[in-house]
Amino acid sequence: MIMSYVKGLKCRECGRGYPKQAIYVCEYCFGSLEVDYDYEKIKKALSRKKIAGGPKSLWRYRELLPLDNEPTVGLSSGFTPFFRAKNLARSLGVEELYIKDDSASHPTWSFKDRVVSVALSKACELGFDTVSCASTGNLANAVAAHAAQAGFKCFIFIPSGLERAKIIASLAYGAKLVAVEGNYDDVNRLCSEIAARYPWAFVNINIRPYYAEGSKTFGFEVAEQMGWRTPDHVVIPAASGSLLTKIWKAFKEFEKLGLLEKPVRSKLHCAQPDGCSPIAKAILEKAEVIRPEKPNTIAKSLAIGNPADGYYARDAVFESGGSAARVSDEEIREGIKLLAQTEGIFTETAGGVTLASLKKLIQEGKIGKKESIVLAITGNGLKTQEAIQETVGAPIAIEANVTSFEERVMGGYNVKPNVIASPPKAGEAISERRLLRRPPSVDSSQ
Amino acid sequence: MPIKVRIPTPLQKLTQNKPEVDVTAKNVKELLDGLERQYPGIKDRLCDEAGRLRRFVNIYLNEEDIRFLKQESTPLKDGDEVSIVPAIAGG
Repeated sequence: MIMSYVKGLKCRECGRGYPKQAIYVCEYCFGSLEVDYDYEKIKKALSRKKIAGGPKSLWRYRELLPLDNEPTVGLSSGFTPFFRAKNLARSLGVEELYIKDDSASHPTWSFKDRVVSVALSKACELGFDTVSCASTGNLANAVAAHAAQAGFKCFIFIPSGLERAKIIASLAYGAKLVAVEGNYDDVNRLCSEIAARYPWAFVNINIRPYYAEGSKTFGFEVAEQMGWRTPDHVVIPAASGSLLTKIWKAFKEFEKLGLLEKPVRSKLHCAQPDGCSPIAKAILEKAEVIRPEKPNTIAKSLAIGNPADGYYARDAVFESGGSAARVSDEEIREGIKLLAQTEGIFTETAGGVTLASLKKLIQEGKIGKKESIVLAITGNGLKTQEAIQETVGAPIAIEANVTSFEERVMGGYNVKPNVIASPPKAGEAISERRLLRRPPSVDSSQ
Repeated sequence: MPIKVRIPTPLQKLTQNKPEVDVTAKNVKELLDGLERQYPGIKDRLCDEAGRLRRFVNIYLNEEDIRFLKQESTPLKDGDEVSIVPAIAGG
């Protein structure tokens, strides 16, 4: 049975209606087209019970996603881990901190699996045989992987100078990978022009109204996994600003549909790197206009100087009562290491930006120490190793004998061998255990 | 001085489906007025009531965003190429 809850598309600026096609911009005012849902119908069809009994993927929120038919692509994406981060909380001096961890996303280790699952399912419905995108790398991986699985032809456009792992993975999935001389904004402009000439589904151009809805599932999952409530604060990295905008929309949709225990009181905070922070600057300066920038940051996945959803992200932050933070490359690297060393999660540079921003927001008193906080971790550190390789130290090289081990590894380490060899006792404090397990030389970079 | 202007799909109904048109102008502001003379109604789509470029319209001169140049006063010369591109894309 075909169950559609989508009435059509609608201009976010002037409200003009459009049919459900591969279009993304209002012909009259150039505003963004958005999916127009039949919320009355959704309200009748959707309940906590229905969601809880759904698939363990982002498709458990199928009624709030813009498909007319059943999904066909990305059936295992979404529903990523959500957990209380006690070690990190202790380190930051806060009480109630949670991590939503899309570094574990299936199949390409970033939140882009969410948007691409929706975009390619929609591209399939609309009858396209070729998919494409302009990407800073994570999207490239997600489009290439899902296109391979779903049997689409695939053209991916990236700025030259992306991280090696993102390039290699995109090639491994068999995509036609095009490295454009210039930064992401150059790639994006070029793709907008190419999209007008070729009958392809560009996920973040002509399919964008559908694609962007996939980001809502990050917010839906946070609310469901917190027990049908939303936190006091969410810290979210921003590139185009779409994820932040859609997390806000997700919370408000759940509220509107009566799925939450309490009204939404969450404050959303925008995290950006110093070297590219057009949205954060506009928020901090309360500016009318978002000024484009020429990005220069190690956080390449956030290096969008001309953010499509900048205005909407700024508005969502203001509406929620949140704020923004801008952090340096050094703070980003420290953020990556802090998350790895407290919670065992190796995130990419965007995650470093998010954690460093959280730290700053706590220091500035914008996030209270007793309030509940969710940190949005959106990507995996194995993809951006270049960013920290100079600052994590090197392995200690030894010969394959005990003497060499004791000389080079344990030399000057004032713990007796029998203490090292004994297993930790039950109830032993974690910090004491760490002291025993970690030779001081590993810490030399800190 | 003819300037080549690339017209985005949503506006091509106004340019008789032509994706590229020639306009004579000395700067971007004149170019917008020139477009309006040749294709009446097009300026309303690109500019708000006060005559300012709408915030979701990006204009590029030879691949550079005019906001990094002199905005609407950006001078144009023979052989320049101007692209009008919707801002809502990417990310």
